[in-house]
Amino acid sequence: MTIKNKPLIQVEHLGKSFGGLEVLKDINVDIYKGDVVCVIGPSGSGKSTFLRCLNRLEEPTGGKIFFEGVDITNPKTNIDRHRQKMGMVFQQFNLFPHMTIMKNLTIAPIKLQGRSQEEAEGEALKLLERVGLADRTGAYPSQLSGGQKQRIAIVRALCMKPDVMLFDEPTSALDPEMVGEVLNVMRDLAREKMTMVVVTHEMGFAREVANRVMFMDEGYFLEENPPEEFFANPKNERLKSFLGKVL
Amino acid sequence: MSEKFRADFYQNFIEDDRWKYILEGLGNTIKITFFAVLLGIALGFLVAVIRSTYEKTHKLRLLNLVCRIYLTVIRGTPVVIQLMIIYFVVFGSIRIDKVLASVLAFGFNSGAYVAEIFRSGIMSMDNGQFEAGRSLGFNYRQTMFYIIVPQAFKNVLPALGNEFIVLLKETSVAGYIAVQDLTKGADIIRSRTYSAFMPLMAAAIIYLGMVMIFTYFVEKLERRLRNSDH
Repeated sequence: MTIKNKPLIQVEHLGKSFGGLEVLKDINVDIYKGDVVCVIGPSGSGKSTFLRCLNRLEEPTGGKIFFEGVDITNPKTNIDRHRQKMGMVFQQFNLFPHMTIMKNLTIAPIKLQGRSQEEAEGEALKLLERVGLADRTGAYPSQLSGGQKQRIAIVRALCMKPDVMLFDEPTSALDPEMVGEVLNVMRDLAREKMTMVVVTHEMGFAREVANRVMFMDEGYFLEENPPEEFFANPKNERLKSFLGKVL
Repeated sequence: MSEKFRADFYQNFIEDDRWKYILEGLGNTIKITFFAVLLGIALGFLVAVIRSTYEKTHKLRLLNLVCRIYLTVIRGTPVVIQLMIIYFVVFGSIRIDKVLASVLAFGFNSGAYVAEIFRSGIMSMDNGQFEAGRSLGFNYRQTMFYIIVPQAFKNVLPALGNEFIVLLKETSVAGYIAVQDLTKGADIIRSRTYSAFMPLMAAAIIYLGMVMIFTYFVEKLERRLRNSDH
């Protein structure tokens, strides 16, 4: 490659404190188009906070984040516009319970991107077919299983045609038998070269799908490697002990 | 017995067309309640949004303070006093329509209670709903409008219905500024016929009937909105 790719997301010296508690200390990372980055680490290590800083659901207290070349930590930046390009999937799904599935999927594209209802519904339906839920357009979220809800939540984010997808422990609230169906959808996304940042405890998924795995503990990224190296040959002591416990 | 009942009935309602006091009074009661409810909802909604915006984002500090003073004063004083202050003091020199003064007084009063009901509904919403809206790119106002408020409204509907039942019955003190509402109408008959039972019972039954009809419709609305929570 002769042309140096510009990173899609650049994180520089990111810090986040809650009151006196320093959760993120000095985070530096570049995420490129097509990357599938899995962030693992013990609970309380700051993984979710890191992810939530990327679209400013948490306000960083230090450092800068550039998304597509724009400093989104600048208070003058219209964060709402950039969030449209950053899909987010939550542990607790957070579907809108007062809307049908179709309305959940189309309200943001229609209201924010000025698409017509037919267009938005057509696109939603195509995505629903891909996750195998095209027959549930008229249902309400409370009528779906956890795995179905999470697949809908992924589709809801995809309907905005994002440039990156952020996953905050997307399978942690699921019954074990439903984890697979959600991971399959994410695997397909990765195959289509969607840029993804995934906070997860699913080591198998990280090993198989990610091209970069990062280990976070006590507010720092302590180690980053491609998955083969990361899991086969960990160097950091804390990572070794963490992997010893979870694998 | 039934002979006496018939005579009483005739004297209190038929003679001199006294039923008109009841009917006209009922008209005023409905008018006052209806417009006070509208004013109360509008005002309460506004105050609730300001207060919960302040609680969530620490913006609108000054407006929040104004709202808190409003809530403290309105909830801390009797509605009869508020009614008389509005009619005799605030509009003391210009003599506005008594029904209008009542609408303003009861509307302002109800607004304070509605505000706290709405606010509790907004604040009890799961923060994940808010974050989901924001993460899609909705701004604060759009998230409130499309996602939070519709759900909050559904959750507080029973409390809201209760508030309006209270309001309907509270308008019975409108007679203090000589509005001829349902209660006052019944009382006028009593003062003419010197018989208390018939007119007061009639008024009580009409209030009860209105509350029952209103409750029926609120429950129907609740059932309809509950459709999404199977």
